[in-house]
Amino acid sequence: MAETDVMIRLQSVTKQYAGTELPAVGDLSLDIERGEFVTLVGPSGCGKTTTLKMINRIIEPTSGKILIDGVDALSMPAHELRRSIGYVIQQIGLFPHRTIAQNVGTVPSLLGWEDSRIAERTDELIEVVGLEREMLDRYPSELSGGQQQRVGVARALAADPPVLLMDEPFGAVDPIVRGHLQQEFLELQRKLGKTVVFVTHDIDEAIRLGTRIAILNIGGVLEQYDTPTEILSNPANQFVEDFLGGERGLKRLGLLPISSADIVRGPVADRTSTAEDARAVMAEHEVDWIGVLDGDRLLGWVEASALDGADLSEVEPRPFAVSLTADASLREALDSVVTGHARTAVVVDREGKYRGMLDLEAISEEITE
Amino acid sequence: MSVVFGQADQLLDWSWVERNIGQIVDRTWEHLTLTGISVALGLVISVLLAIVVLRWRWSYPPITGAAGLLYTIPSLALFALLVPFTGLSQTTAVIALTSYTLFILIRNIVAGIDGVPAYVKEAADGMGYTPRSRFWRIEVPLALPAIVAGVRIATVTTVGLVTVTAVIGLGGYGFFILRGLNTFFWTQLIVGVLLSVVLATILDLAFVALQAWLSPWSKRRAA
Repeated sequence: MAETDVMIRLQSVTKQYAGTELPAVGDLSLDIERGEFVTLVGPSGCGKTTTLKMINRIIEPTSGKILIDGVDALSMPAHELRRSIGYVIQQIGLFPHRTIAQNVGTVPSLLGWEDSRIAERTDELIEVVGLEREMLDRYPSELSGGQQQRVGVARALAADPPVLLMDEPFGAVDPIVRGHLQQEFLELQRKLGKTVVFVTHDIDEAIRLGTRIAILNIGGVLEQYDTPTEILSNPANQFVEDFLGGERGLKRLGLLPISSADIVRGPVADRTSTAEDARAVMAEHEVDWIGVLDGDRLLGWVEASALDGADLSEVEPRPFAVSLTADASLREALDSVVTGHARTAVVVDREGKYRGMLDLEAISEEITE
Repeated sequence: MSVVFGQADQLLDWSWVERNIGQIVDRTWEHLTLTGISVALGLVISVLLAIVVLRWRWSYPPITGAAGLLYTIPSLALFALLVPFTGLSQTTAVIALTSYTLFILIRNIVAGIDGVPAYVKEAADGMGYTPRSRFWRIEVPLALPAIVAGVRIATVTTVGLVTVTAVIGLGGYGFFILRGLNTFFWTQLIVGVLLSVVLATILDLAFVALQAWLSPWSKRRAA
C-alpha cells in the first residue's frame, strides 16, 4: 500500500475517560485508504462510535495521532477540521428552525460561499439524494424520517468533503426505507468516490456496505480488518465467528455474483429438436426435463413424460419461475434453485439472452471455498 | 359621600366614563409604561443572569433561589419595604415589579437553552460551528419560543401587579380600583378591573402572535 493512498490514519489512538479503569478505545491503529467504504462494527461498548467521533474531534483523543490526508487532525482548530469532513448521525440533527435549503447549505455558508453558489449547490444536492426541489422551502418537521436522513446526507456532502463520517445513519428508519437508503447511498458513494467511515451495530449492514470491515471488541480492540468476503470465509478468531452469527455461508453468497460460479449450458435443446434428440440430452444430464431454446432465448422447460414421442415443437413449454442476470448474487441463485421446480437457476444476460444454468452443486462449491 | 352613594344603584355610570376619558388615557399610559419598563428591565437582568448560569452551572440554584425568594414576598409588603429608600416614586414601583419578573424569566431562558436537543448541538459541532456561533445561531433561535413564553407570563403577571402600586400613588388602572373601593363608587372599580383584564388579554394575545411569528418552523407539522 502506497503512503499516498492512506486517507485516514489512526496511530495508537486512545480514549480514556476519567474515573474509568479501562479505556473506551485503547491503542487503536487503523489505516483507511482513499475511496474506501470502511464499516466499524462491534457490540455495544466496543468503542466504534468513540473511534468515529475522534476522527472529527467531537471526542478528543487522550493520546495517539490521527492523520487525515497526511495532515495531523490535532494541528488545526476543531471547527476548521470539521468543515472539511462530512458528518451524519443517527438522530440526523437537522436544525429545526431552518428550511431544508438552509440546512443543506450549512457548511458552505460557514465557509463563506456566495449565496448564488450555495443555492446552486443546494439545488444540485437535493436531487442527488433523490428529493424534490419543492422540499427546499420546508422545515425538517414537515418531512418523514427517511426524507430527513436524505437531507442529512445532502448536508454532509454540501461542501464536497473528501471524507464522510456516518454514525448509524440509517438506524432510526424502518427496515424497508433502510434498505432503500443503503442501496442508494452505496450507488452514490461509488459515483462520488468519497472515503466513508460508517459505524453500525448491524453486521449485515456492515457486510452489505463495506469494502472493508473493522470488527471491534470491547475497549476498541481491533479483532479483524478485512474485506467482507475474507472475513466471512476466514474469521480471525472465535470472537469474530460469534459476532458474524449463523448463516455465514449464506451471507458470503450474498456478496458473490453469479458470474463467479460455474455456469453450465445445462440440459437444453432447440425447439426444432426431435423427441429422440431431446431424450438424448436428458439422458446425458441424467434429468427428466429439458429446457427449450428458441435461438438464444430460453422459452421454458418440458417434462420427459410430456414428450411421449412428440417432437419438442409440439409441446407447450412451461416457463421458468425465475431467471437471474449474471450480476445477481449467488444467494439469489440459491433461492431460485431451492424454490424452482427444475432445481436449477437460469441465468440470462441483460438483454434476456440465455447464458446458462447453475445447479446446487456449483453454488455449494462457492460456500465451502 | 352622599353623591357617591346616590350613584351606587347603577353599576356603570357612563357619564363618569365620558367625563374622565382623559384620565383613563393617562392611567392606561401609566399602566403600560410601568409594565413595559419593568419587563424590559427584568429581561435584561435575566439574560445577564442566565448567561452567568449557563457559564457557571453551580450558580443556578443560588440565583434561582434568590429570584424565587423575591417572588414569594407579598407585593404590598415589598412596596412598603422600599418606600423608606426610594419614596413614593416610579422607581419604587419599577424595582418591585422588575424583581417579580426575574424568577419566571431566568427559568424560561435557561430551560429554553437547555431544551435544545443534544443531537442538534452535536450536528452543529460536526458541521464546524464555533461554540460562540453555535450558541447564537442555533441554540438561541431554538430557545426563543420558550423565552418569549416566559416574557408573556411575566408581562401578564406584571399587568396585574401594577394595580397594587396604587398604594404608593401610582397604579395605572389600579388607581381607579383603589379609589372605587375607598369611595364605594362601583363605576371606577369596574372600569379599573375591566381595563386591567382587557390590557392583560391584549398583551397575552400579542405575545402568542409574536411567538408564532418567531418560530414558523414549529407551527407547520408533517402532514
